[in-house]
Amino acid sequence: MTTETLVDTADPLGPDRRTLLRLATAGSVDDGKSTLIGRLLFDSKQTFIDQMEAIERTSRTRGEEDVNLAYLTDGLRSEREQGITIDVAYRYFSTPRRKFILADTPGHVQYTRNMVTGASTADAALLLVDARRGVLEQTRRHAYLSNLLGIRHFVLCVNKMDLVGWDQSVFEAIAEELTRFSGRMGVSDVRAIPISAKFGDWVVEPSERMSWYGGPPLLELLETLEASEPPQHHASRLPVQYVVRPLRDDYHDYRGYAGTMASGVLRVGDRVKVMPSGAETSVVGIDAFDQQLAEASPPMAVTVRLADQLDVRRGSMIVSAEHPPIAATSIDAHICWMSERVPLRARDRLVIKHTTQTTRAMVEEVGARLDVNTLDYDLTASQLSLNEIGRVRLRLMAPLSVDPYDEARETGAFILIDEATSATVGAGMITSGE
Amino acid sequence: MTTTATRPAALDTLSWLEAEGIHIIREVAAELERPCLLFSGGKDSIVMLRLAEKAFWPARIPFPVMHVDTGHNFAEAIEFRDRRAAELEVDLIVASVQESIDQGRVVEEVGPRASRNRLQTVTLLDAIAEHNFDALFGGARRDEEKARAKERIFSFRDAFGQWDPSNQRPELWNLYNGKLTRGEHIRAFPLSNWTELDVWQYIKREGLEIPSIYFAHERSMFERDGMLFPVSDFVPRLPGEDPFEARVRFRTVGDMTCTAGVLSEAETLESVVAEIAATRITERGETRADDRFSEAAMEDRKREGYF
Repeated sequence: MTTETLVDTADPLGPDRRTLLRLATAGSVDDGKSTLIGRLLFDSKQTFIDQMEAIERTSRTRGEEDVNLAYLTDGLRSEREQGITIDVAYRYFSTPRRKFILADTPGHVQYTRNMVTGASTADAALLLVDARRGVLEQTRRHAYLSNLLGIRHFVLCVNKMDLVGWDQSVFEAIAEELTRFSGRMGVSDVRAIPISAKFGDWVVEPSERMSWYGGPPLLELLETLEASEPPQHHASRLPVQYVVRPLRDDYHDYRGYAGTMASGVLRVGDRVKVMPSGAETSVVGIDAFDQQLAEASPPMAVTVRLADQLDVRRGSMIVSAEHPPIAATSIDAHICWMSERVPLRARDRLVIKHTTQTTRAMVEEVGARLDVNTLDYDLTASQLSLNEIGRVRLRLMAPLSVDPYDEARETGAFILIDEATSATVGAGMITSGE
Repeated sequence: MTTTATRPAALDTLSWLEAEGIHIIREVAAELERPCLLFSGGKDSIVMLRLAEKAFWPARIPFPVMHVDTGHNFAEAIEFRDRRAAELEVDLIVASVQESIDQGRVVEEVGPRASRNRLQTVTLLDAIAEHNFDALFGGARRDEEKARAKERIFSFRDAFGQWDPSNQRPELWNLYNGKLTRGEHIRAFPLSNWTELDVWQYIKREGLEIPSIYFAHERSMFERDGMLFPVSDFVPRLPGEDPFEARVRFRTVGDMTCTAGVLSEAETLESVVAEIAATRITERGETRADDRFSEAAMEDRKREGYF
């Protein structure tokens, strides 16, 4: 494949049916994540002249020998000064085959919460390993978190192959170790590529220095990677965001429930339940501005009309009558704790936001804490500190309509909010509810 | 739990972006007390206003729109702003930088390079306080600039309007945390994930009207720092900056003192977009003098409370 074919030459205003792949980088600090993204953008001709001039200037000013492509994504003053990534940067690029949103996430342990932010919306993880250092604790932590967040496709880039003499055996040992580790977590789709982000080998172009690798290059792989299955096979769920009542003459009696489809397919005529009460009715209309739709599926934003006048408000959920979610007052979940202020302990009270509903939660039990090196859970743990992952049971003040996160991301996820600071301090993934 | 329903095809990128934008706008409207949408008559805010129109249809948009008017704007953009607000029957608030100057809240820069661009921040923060807004929708996109590439969709400002990039809240899935502490407000960016080309494609797909200065037209221009600026009463010209007639269009709509035009023959949406798709220079690099001061010009202005 030549670089020419990767430039977007499609008729810019013609019908554009390209789909989107959301990617997040993962890996330890100094594994070269920002450099790899800079290389992807540069070699696929997605950088602009003035951006290149700016990073050439910065590289020169800082006395660096070569143009440092990492400056394409490290945008904050403190990041350039320290030469590290602190917060997620989002980059956008496209090829004639696909559009991409790439979240470049930080490698430092102390910025894990920013990595989780980037990975929570990703379809695939771009996991980097420094060929000299191999798989590190932070590599395993990011791999585990990516899996926990529901990412089922891992692309393992063994980077800095130039510094190990392009040695095939080094690559194969790392690829095997990470594939084995991923397999233990249940991730079967791991593609490994030997690369040099600095020199571009196997990023966009094939590399003669590592012809022993059978290809394809990274970009081509990303173009053809199947996105994670959206949870559309699941039963229908529509969390109500906003009640639309126009109160105007031409739509005097209009009452619609606006929201974003979380899973399944909702059709006009469907029998539905309104959670948490469980009252039954049917769908009489699905509106999307100037269109009346026959059906809606994720991630469409629609407004639904129901046959009966029921108590429906923000936080209610319109669901398949046949397969409703659990109205839970107690949930078990994996939690990634993100507070610098306090650890998570039994009897803590927090605000919980799940879909469009916000209520209070009390920690009944911190049941286990993950050791990311062994993947074992420490059952004697009683608290979770910053960036630790554990199994927690929460009791809820009001029932939430939940599904296991494995089956439906949108209705299985929640965040925890510290009432004292209003900060987001926990990311939760529900395993069960009752 | 599995149903036998067939799987609909994946949404194309524009439909996906539209749905995400509507979701964000509805979350803010539902969780915050007094939101307001920043509307300049520029292409990004036109798209954002369209998403708001769709989000609440058939109800009217349940919040006002506001323009921070430097007094140095393009007449075509101001005319468009007023007309669009009237069509949608939304309240339009105009916060005037001139009034901030008259009241002594800010001091106008002097000299040929004077601009009211930075002064907007004070006018904006005063207007937020006066109207008690707790959320402002902005049309900023992450592809515009490297500090914006780092910003959350719900971005918090302290009582001084400051953004603290080293201490942003984690933002997971589409679960936005709208809880404020005293004195804080939110800047919400529904177009975060859009690129410049997405915005143009959407304008075309929706058949949206945009101000005439986005298309090629004859205008009196002068050259400064390698860019072409429009001749106006607001910008004194330096010796040697002689005006000449040129066919230009504008890639962004901002204050006339810092918005440059590009030579163009593009008179239709198709030809404008064809030119943009072929360009090798970013939108801000080509036409925004305000981002050229330093590597981190935008980060610095955002820290102070800029849009």
